[in-house]
Amino acid sequence: MNAKEIVNEIKRGEKTAAGFLFECKNKIEKKEEEINAFISLDLERSIEKAKEIDKKIKEGKDVGKLAGLPIAVKDSITTSNFKTTCGSKMLEGYHPPYDSTVVSKIKEEDGIVIGKANCDEFCMGSSTETSYFGSTRNPVDEERVPGGSSGGSAASVKYGANPLALGSDTGGSVRCPASFCGVYGLKPTYGQVSRYGLIAYASSLDQIGPIANSIEGISLLFNVISGSNDMDSTKVEEERGGSQIELSLNDLNIGIPKEFYGEGVDEEVEEKVKENLDQLRDKGAKLKEISIPSMEYALSAYYIVAMSEASSNLARFDGIRYGFKQKMNDNWEKVFSQVRKTGFGEEVRRRIMLGTYALSTGYYEKYYEKALKVRTLLKRDFEKAFKEVDFIITPTMPFRAFEIDEKIEDPLSLYMADILTVPVNMAGLPSLSVPCETNGLPIGLQIIGDSFEEDRIIELARKIKEE
Amino acid sequence: MDIVIGLEVHIQLQTNTKLFCGCSTNYRDSKPNKHTCPICLGLPGSLPKLNQKALEYGIKAGLALDCNIADSMQFHRKNYFYPDLPKGFQISQYDSPLATEGTVELSNGKKIEIRRIHLEEDPGRLEHPAGKKQSYVDYNRSGVPLLEIVTEPDMSSPQEARDFLRKIREIMEYLKIFDGGLEGSLRCDANISIEGGGRAEVKNISSYKGAEKALNYEITRQKNLMRRGKEVKRETRHFNEEQGITKPSREKEEEHDYRYFPEPDLPRVTISKEKIKEIEESLPELPDEKRDRFQKEYGLSQDQAESLTTSLFLADFYEEIACQIDPELTATWVADTLKGELSYRGINLKESNIEKEDLLFILRYLKEDEITEKGAIKVMRSTLDENKKPEKIIEEENLRSISLDEISEIAKRVIKENPEAIEDYRQGKEKAVNYLVGQVMKETNGRADPGETNKLIQKQLEEID
Repeated sequence: MNAKEIVNEIKRGEKTAAGFLFECKNKIEKKEEEINAFISLDLERSIEKAKEIDKKIKEGKDVGKLAGLPIAVKDSITTSNFKTTCGSKMLEGYHPPYDSTVVSKIKEEDGIVIGKANCDEFCMGSSTETSYFGSTRNPVDEERVPGGSSGGSAASVKYGANPLALGSDTGGSVRCPASFCGVYGLKPTYGQVSRYGLIAYASSLDQIGPIANSIEGISLLFNVISGSNDMDSTKVEEERGGSQIELSLNDLNIGIPKEFYGEGVDEEVEEKVKENLDQLRDKGAKLKEISIPSMEYALSAYYIVAMSEASSNLARFDGIRYGFKQKMNDNWEKVFSQVRKTGFGEEVRRRIMLGTYALSTGYYEKYYEKALKVRTLLKRDFEKAFKEVDFIITPTMPFRAFEIDEKIEDPLSLYMADILTVPVNMAGLPSLSVPCETNGLPIGLQIIGDSFEEDRIIELARKIKEE
Repeated sequence: MDIVIGLEVHIQLQTNTKLFCGCSTNYRDSKPNKHTCPICLGLPGSLPKLNQKALEYGIKAGLALDCNIADSMQFHRKNYFYPDLPKGFQISQYDSPLATEGTVELSNGKKIEIRRIHLEEDPGRLEHPAGKKQSYVDYNRSGVPLLEIVTEPDMSSPQEARDFLRKIREIMEYLKIFDGGLEGSLRCDANISIEGGGRAEVKNISSYKGAEKALNYEITRQKNLMRRGKEVKRETRHFNEEQGITKPSREKEEEHDYRYFPEPDLPRVTISKEKIKEIEESLPELPDEKRDRFQKEYGLSQDQAESLTTSLFLADFYEEIACQIDPELTATWVADTLKGELSYRGINLKESNIEKEDLLFILRYLKEDEITEKGAIKVMRSTLDENKKPEKIIEEENLRSISLDEISEIAKRVIKENPEAIEDYRQGKEKAVNYLVGQVMKETNGRADPGETNKLIQKQLEEID
């Protein structure tokens, strides 16, 4: 059953929210110890909340769009009811005094945040192995990573702890784990969802997105979180249509960018995606080979922008106001250094140092400015492509979930894993990872659309899944 | 030897709320960390949101200093670590500031070029209580809007620098965007060099007098080095206001790399022509304009007009009285007498007890000869010192002028009582008259008009002849 059907049953009184939560609780009790999808969980309070919603329904009162649905929220997203660690020792025990905008919106629609999902430390990783609170395991194959950085969110959806979850995506962090775990993950257009309350990794790339076990779930949660808000100045203040999108495959041109296939992409992955493309063609869509020439520089440029912004965004963690503290009697410079040395993990320190370097006098023009130019080129390449085609389809990840510890010692090969997802963030576009392998280890197919075309992307995913 | 001085002035804008959040800017009378929120504390996940009022104030300031206002501007992050800086960076502006290329005219007629004006956030404040090992941080000030005004190195003496700061204060107070009376509301850094030597950047100047003092100290220091044939190094120095000296900075500022980059959380801000025009049309009369108008409209000397326009409060005080009574008389009493009495007491007009109605009352009485000039000064002093209404003072201290008839009566008596003075007068000793006038004044407690009394006594003495 998908999230929309569950809500409808709850609203109609055919199912109680509390009853459904108990179902989820059973799965959590069975699987969570193995999977480690959550950093924090509060099932008791969640059940109380579910009972309140059931009571409202019984009394005939209005309930929200997410009435009684259990939702996992990535621990990079601030919540007043849960500590928010972002997977780091630096924020161990940090209890934010406020809710992020997306969480407020979920609460307003009677969704129930049951816990905080594990993630790579400060969202820096593609495997959820850099979390200070231990790796999350892939529910499909527990020897493998769930992907990252929103690995806990995807894994929790996959094993049934909750039908919906929130992740955040800077270079693929929603789509990668969706692909590895075999669920859906949407990275909305930059500015479509308020970032207020999302702990910033790279502000100009970060975007919060829904993860779900169904297209209906993606659509439902996306509609709730993408509403208006005035706390994020980069948020685009446009009310979305909401009307039903009609999409006819016969009118559609699907772009196949050659740079996203071939070298570096696992053969089975490519085959599987092409199989789906063939089916689309059979159903009437036109396939068209296109080119994104600046793709060549996308990964390096992405890492320069992301690390540079991260070096500044993570400067606030100094042990003075909140989070990890170091008891020592020394001048503040020494205390700061010690706090940051001890509180941050290795990958985070690496990225801060690289970013600091890239922004330094004498290097800024060489790295940061150049990376911004690549970004402009990428935007142009995609703009050009969307004049010819309606959607672009690529594999989400170049390979399937790899084994735990397989790549963690080799940061470069991990960075390479993001090659197909980062161009989308650089261009600020929306894209959805759709599971397209039903046997064995999941494979994800990525639909990239033009800005603010989330609803059309979702509709195309429906068409792909239609038998 | 040519002296070259440039200033970077920071003034706090008097908005009700902070630059990027809704917290109150009133940090001076508050408990530490009371006016804070996730945004000005830089809590993870919070985002800045530009205060439109601060932008409007910035545009006002730019227009008043004759600057070009940018069509669009960008905020940048200035990255450095300090315990009072909650995000590890300050949101400031870099290569795309709010305004550029303005001018300020000094009292000596010299024009000082403004290079740029930009908006930025104030950091929090550190406190180091005496006798304690710890320091404390108060983030109430964190996020208060600052306007940074950077001049070209156009000033050539500490007096000019001080005059520049005074002008800036006047203009900003006229715009009602700044209160120079608040402690720490104006801070500045000064660059100073003497021909042939390196440039010193003096930081931590927090007052108008301080600027002059620091610069004078620097000139002496740099000249002494040169005289002894030593090199004047290019360096950053810290001004110690209490000791009146500058010292080399402990931190090596020149090694700082602030790693400026565009603030990704704040999109470029576009400033429309209409908005600029609208603000321009709402600009009040500025000090120089008011000074010229006072001269023309009220027939004042340039000095008087200048003196009366140094603050908007003073200028309004003057003008309201001047409109109801003789403007020139009012000018003399406000610019000379009252300002003199205030500066003797070390207070300003706003802080003093005297109200417009009080001075108007005094001047009316003076004009109608109800009190003498001396009496008027007495009333003014008592109003200032005892916070009493002039009417009451005149009553209590018996200061009302005496009629000519009364004076005549007293003069008669005084002459009668001083036969030796009459004798002196007959022998041509003019001083005798002065003595007798003095006696009348004494008898009348100063209420008699000295000129009239003199005339009366002379007349009476002649009548005795």
